[in-house]
Amino acid sequence: MNFDWHYFVNAFPELVKYIPMTLLLAILSMLLAIVLGGIITLLHFSHYKVIHWFASIYVSFFRGMPALVQLFLIYYGLPQIFPIFKGLPAIIATIIGLGFKQSAYLSEVFRAAVNSVDRGQIEAGQSLNIKSYKIFRYVILPQAFINALPATGNTFVGLLKETSLAFTLGITEVFAEGKMLAGDSFKYFETYLAVGLTYWALIILYSWAQSGVEKVLNTPYS
Amino acid sequence: MSLIEVKDLSVEIKQKKILQEINFSVEKGEVTVLVGPSGSGKTTLLRTLNLLQKPSQGIIKIGETSVDVSKINKKSTRSLRSESTMVFQQFNLFKNMTVIENVMAPLLLNKLAKWDEAHDIAKSVLLEVGLAEFQDKYPSSLSGGQQQRVSIARAIAVKPSVVLLDEPTSALDPELVGSVLKTILALAKQHITMVIVTHEMEFARLIGNQIIFLENGKIVHKGSPDKILSSDGPKRVSDFMNSVSTNNYL
Repeated sequence: MNFDWHYFVNAFPELVKYIPMTLLLAILSMLLAIVLGGIITLLHFSHYKVIHWFASIYVSFFRGMPALVQLFLIYYGLPQIFPIFKGLPAIIATIIGLGFKQSAYLSEVFRAAVNSVDRGQIEAGQSLNIKSYKIFRYVILPQAFINALPATGNTFVGLLKETSLAFTLGITEVFAEGKMLAGDSFKYFETYLAVGLTYWALIILYSWAQSGVEKVLNTPYS
Repeated sequence: MSLIEVKDLSVEIKQKKILQEINFSVEKGEVTVLVGPSGSGKTTLLRTLNLLQKPSQGIIKIGETSVDVSKINKKSTRSLRSESTMVFQQFNLFKNMTVIENVMAPLLLNKLAKWDEAHDIAKSVLLEVGLAEFQDKYPSSLSGGQQQRVSIARAIAVKPSVVLLDEPTSALDPELVGSVLKTILALAKQHITMVIVTHEMEFARLIGNQIIFLENGKIVHKGSPDKILSSDGPKRVSDFMNSVSTNNYL
């Protein structure tokens, strides 16, 4: 077997240097996705049909297009139509592109989480004459948060891997570094295996942290 | 003047008449028990008093608040709801809050008390229902009977004009029913006005000042327990009582 163990092991320190960039892209995109996803969820629950439709179209649009197309649209396409976007940093374009896309998925996660809160909880609040927004803030939201946590975590896992698309905009993160290492050494298998294992390790660490958080937050319900 | 007055109250859902021209009144400090077969409209009537069910016509007056349901709006809904609280069959305690937080929630979120005062009130009502030592537990760690007693504590904490109880023991295991019924009896002894939907006929006889028998969305019989639930009472009620098991949990 023509597997260069020495090269394989030494690829990790090179890749690890770019983990901060991968995490930066993933975390900031996720924060944007959570904020936008939350807003779209609220719009979904609007009694005004136009607002409801807007939310539905938003979700359909951003879910229905490959992430790469969205990144290219934002980074290469927008400056052509709107000159104000000329010189938009690739990092910002990536965060916006991935954030918008994942917000569409997250809004569906949040909507399901809110809908899965027992209707009796709302009725109890109403019967106690508590205002609707307070019922939402103090009763529904905390319970929906717990319901949404596993699926939101899955979205983050997906996002973490999707940051590898950022190399197409010229950002050097874990995958881009791997691509360059492989190009230099022609040791594709060793390099991409090291890249894959680096992502896997990040996701194992994240999953472990998430299950710890879930355990603590589930205390009231167990 | 009666504490509760209901005039010509009707509820229609998808063009089906669930309640038809309901008229009754409840005196302050008295207990009214709604009985009747399944689907007769008891729970709908109770929910309508709290406006959880939207009525189609009629007038509901509780305490100082009178609402013509044809002109109902957010303000009048809140105004009427401020007069009553509800105890649900499935307890409906806020799952994300501890026992004491559940009891404090309506006081704090309706700005009826500051935190310290709300805490004191909550402690005292929990003591009243015998659950003071469970104040920091979450509802999921309590038995059904304990949860229902917390729910009763939450309902009385805001000192409403009337407490509405919807089959408070139906979801409980038989051995837990007694503790809840005793708690409700203790409230009756304090002359807290209550309207209760129940299938516990012995309990209804014991606690009720007024029995209302509903069938097909209409009040068929109304009167004191002696008049309605006695062996020489209305035949329809006797038939109904014979068809339901009469357990004495007290």
